[in-house]
Amino acid sequence: MATLEIRDLHVSVEAENGPREILKGVDLVVKQGETHAIMGPNGSGKSTLAYSLAGHPKYTITSGAVLLDGEDVLAMTVDERARAGVFLAMQYPVEVPGVSVSNFLRTSATAIRGEAPKLRTWVKEVKEAMAGLQMDPAFAERNVNEGFSGGEKKRHEILQMELLKPKIAILDETDSGLDVDALRVVSEGVNRVRETGEVGTLLITHYTRILRYIKPDFVHVFAGGKIVASGGPELADQLEENGYEQYVKGGAAE
Amino acid sequence: MADVTTTPGGSTTSGSIQVAGVPGEFAAQPADARNEAIASYDVADFPVPHGREENWRFTPLHRLKGLHDGSAEATSGAIKVDVTAPEGVLVTAVERDDARVGAAGKPVDRVAAQAFSSFGMAGLVSIPKDAQLTEPVRITIHGQGGVAYGHQVIEVGAFAEAVVVIEHTGDAVLAANVEYLIGDGAKLTVVSVQDWEDTAVHVAQHTALVGRDATFKSVVVTFGGDVVRLHPRVIYGGTGGEAELYGLYFADAGQHLEHRLFVDHDTPHCRSNVAYKGALQGQDAHAVWVGDVLIRAEAEGTDTYELNRNLLLTDGARVDSIPNLEIETGEIVGAGHASATGRFDDEQLFYLQSRGIPADEARRLVVRGFFAELVQQIGLPELQERLIEKIDAELEASVGAGAA
Ligand SMILES: Nc1ncnc2c1ncn2[C@@H]1O[C@H](COP(=O)(O)OP(=O)(O)OP(=O)(O)O)[C@@H](O)[C@H]1O
Ligand SMILES: [Mg+2]
Repeated sequence: MATLEIRDLHVSVEAENGPREILKGVDLVVKQGETHAIMGPNGSGKSTLAYSLAGHPKYTITSGAVLLDGEDVLAMTVDERARAGVFLAMQYPVEVPGVSVSNFLRTSATAIRGEAPKLRTWVKEVKEAMAGLQMDPAFAERNVNEGFSGGEKKRHEILQMELLKPKIAILDETDSGLDVDALRVVSEGVNRVRETGEVGTLLITHYTRILRYIKPDFVHVFAGGKIVASGGPELADQLEENGYEQYVKGGAAE
Repeated sequence: MADVTTTPGGSTTSGSIQVAGVPGEFAAQPADARNEAIASYDVADFPVPHGREENWRFTPLHRLKGLHDGSAEATSGAIKVDVTAPEGVLVTAVERDDARVGAAGKPVDRVAAQAFSSFGMAGLVSIPKDAQLTEPVRITIHGQGGVAYGHQVIEVGAFAEAVVVIEHTGDAVLAANVEYLIGDGAKLTVVSVQDWEDTAVHVAQHTALVGRDATFKSVVVTFGGDVVRLHPRVIYGGTGGEAELYGLYFADAGQHLEHRLFVDHDTPHCRSNVAYKGALQGQDAHAVWVGDVLIRAEAEGTDTYELNRNLLLTDGARVDSIPNLEIETGEIVGAGHASATGRFDDEQLFYLQSRGIPADEARRLVVRGFFAELVQQIGLPELQERLIEKIDAELEASVGAGAA
């Protein structure tokens, strides 16, 4: 069973006046089949955690460890992490001009699976996944994220999650920018992958509304660059009612 | 607004006008679409350029090995030319007094005139009237070191259809003129591939005289060479002519690849479409693209569009992209241009890598996609595959992790 272990992770970014520490000791264990919601106010470092796990070059790990089934994730390149089973659905997916969605998906599936998927079954697989997310098949011929609306970009991220079947999926504010219908469609996509029991999910969000569709096993409050409280789904209800205030005061103390 | 110089960040311009009425903005444009004021067969009519001249200002003259100042003397055996052609095509060499030599137009710069004044015999490929070639004519020019001046005439008789592939490989210092004489109703497609070694210098003027209702399609592919400067020109000999000018280039560290195009709409009811795309990587990779389109007062019913797009893969590369549309009549169907230079940014690389795609492959994917769009537009299924193969080979050889 795949397990992601994050131990005392400290991360800085290069700011105007030297390095600035954003993550200040994150500890978390995510097992295959589990869903962890990470909730926190703007600027608390949620995306920083997500990008650091995926290996974005902007973030410098100053101390701590990240292990996937005991393997040192931090020593891997970005693509090695993806091939090891880490997937990041981005808050702001990137446009890649000149590369069609269909070519991108196939190249990526080939890299992740270690061999090119058989053309006939692949075409069917992509079609079905797109239909499930209510994406027009015409998107396959468009360039990656180019001119996509916010909601279309998010569907495209979850389409990739469905096709790439990661061990650990990090969803960074997949709910933001979605209307109610889109939120349901996208959540169903995530749930299809979760129901396989093969994925550990790290669901990063600012709002509780996505938790109505995707039921977390654990909820963590993120503030001031670390997890300041953990609990079950009831913690989300509490946040819904009282907001982050009590945590921001305590947790963000510098 | 029709003038962009990009050094080296991103920029975009575009413009178009449709039908009647000369908009004020064009009236204010400089007349530099006709910057080649001199046209002559004689090199002595051109002063030696010093680099300040409008049409030389981007070219590193000191790397031309003397092609521009008369100091480069032809050496024997510098290039080896082989021509294979289907039956019925006349392949021969002619003297400079042959009526076809120089018939498409005069040289318009010092190096082209030097080539015209210095070549020995001109190569002639003549495709007879009404011929429908099923196989391309292949001209391979292999540089064996040294200096050469060349002249090639490709004549296509009325209503004939032909594809000509010209390939440049090896190492040479070459100045040349290539003329396309396209008869009424004829269709000529020319693919000129510059796949030189890194030390080669190649300066050439390609002049096409497009006959009445004739179609000229030019595909220029420039990958190799230290300095390559090509000047494709289109002149219409009758109404209803059509010219499509496509180009792909890939400039590596230190390479200077320059394409200057001129379409002279001096005849009514002709069309032109220009689309050039280039990718650059490495320190001092330099691409220059100048697209001059002139619609003269008498050229009513003209329809023209020109586009140049560049992709910067790394820092240190530079693009100068200058579309230039000059319109002297409002009685046209359409005229437009677009120029854009973008960078392959680290966020794209990260996104692709985060989907398991290794860095080298991610870069190649983006560049291949960038060029593939154009290759599809060229619409020659039989050449499409070879072009993509060429691009892949170039990318395989040059786009790697080391480029980051
Ligand atoms: N280059 C940088 N220089 C200085 N500060 C930075 C830099 N990059 C990020 N930060 C800061 O790091 C902090 C955490 O940012 P991050 O994007 O991780 O927050 P977040 O929790 O995802 O917020 P949101 O809910 O708005 O998405 C923010 O205060 C941000 O301003
Ligand atoms: Mg964020």
